[in-house]
Amino acid sequence: MRFRLFRSVLILGTTVALVTLANSMPAFAKDVTVTISNFAFAPAAITIAAGDKVIFVNGDDTIHSVVADDGSFHSDGLDTNDKFAMTFAKPGKIAYHCGLHPFMKGEIIVQ
Amino acid sequence: MDDDITAGRKLNRRHALECMVWAGTGVIWTLSGGVPKALSLLDEAQAAEAASSSFTFLQISDSHVGFDKEAPVTAIDTLHEAVGRIKALSVQPSFMLHTGDITHLSKPDQFDDADQIIGSTGITTHYVPGEHDMVDAAQGKAYMDRYGKDSWGQGWYAFDQNGVHFIGLVNVVNLKAGGLGNLGAEQLAWLEKDLAGRPSSQPIVVFAHIPLWTIYPQWGWGTDDSAQALAMLQRFGSVTVLNGHIHQIIQKVEGNMTFHTARSTAFPQPAPGAAPAPGPVIVPADQLRGMLGLTSVNYTVGQRDLAITDSTLA
Repeated sequence: MRFRLFRSVLILGTTVALVTLANSMPAFAKDVTVTISNFAFAPAAITIAAGDKVIFVNGDDTIHSVVADDGSFHSDGLDTNDKFAMTFAKPGKIAYHCGLHPFMKGEIIVQ
Repeated sequence: MDDDITAGRKLNRRHALECMVWAGTGVIWTLSGGVPKALSLLDEAQAAEAASSSFTFLQISDSHVGFDKEAPVTAIDTLHEAVGRIKALSVQPSFMLHTGDITHLSKPDQFDDADQIIGSTGITTHYVPGEHDMVDAAQGKAYMDRYGKDSWGQGWYAFDQNGVHFIGLVNVVNLKAGGLGNLGAEQLAWLEKDLAGRPSSQPIVVFAHIPLWTIYPQWGWGTDDSAQALAMLQRFGSVTVLNGHIHQIIQKVEGNMTFHTARSTAFPQPAPGAAPAPGPVIVPADQLRGMLGLTSVNYTVGQRDLAITDSTLA
């Protein structure tokens, strides 16, 4: 009985350790790509986990940029095939647009 | 030109339509007694006469130095060609207006190249920025360091030439999600002050990158708060509004206001709604120059309408 209890605590402890590891390890973070094509972000809305990296790739013949609606970040002008990467550490909702063509809008939900 | 200049508003409007036939090369603007009219770059006799009694200026726009998707022809090549046309004019314009998108990506070497090529004309050039001139890491510092020294706020200013008041406005800064071009409260307050006390008979020329009237909001071709600026200009007998941004000629006359957009010297864009998106139209090299151009404007003392002439690089 004493041994069984000890074993249960051990298993529980290991599980907690693993879960903690998964939450803090960047190695588990994903890269998510948003393509800019025909003056639109695709997909326009994405849901990611905290710590994931979003990579914007401009597939158009002209330049675009990525600007947070609240001004918290912005890319430089992105020429054709240029990339802009941004890691989102905190949960929340981030609305963004193209600084040159503000009718182009997108949204990132960080969980 | 004299007959047209002495004619009333209707004739001027008709003439404006005639001028649009020239659309595509470059527009020479003439201010006649307060109203801009375009002169054909090709009609040297008229241009010479206009210069003796008034003055002519050129509008150059959307040079996009750094753009190369019309390969083998680059934006630098066609800017060189445009400048070649300007140098060859028998009557040199008093000055030039550049209505923005000087560069494609706000890079220092692109500003350098544009400066060197346009500067080789030896003609004083007044600039306003396009959104492509604002995409450096500091969002506009590169433009302001180079062109903004004698300006207010984020680059707006005014100057006078032969009694005509020229106002350069900036509507490409801090564009809001879902919005159009934007002047902002600070600039509108400056404009109100700049216009206060001016006689309504003084001819006004306003120039800015994005059109100051709504052409196609789905593509951002308009300015959210331009109505406030236009309301301040309403009392003036002659107002000419010159814009770029849309890489094609669209003209409108409303009361005492004439609105005109210039061609690009770099690449054409689709007519409003004619394509899924307003990206560059890539055309065969032999067609490209017919879609690029300059605008000339001639002003004649005592005339209300400025003469606006567009001409292509073909």
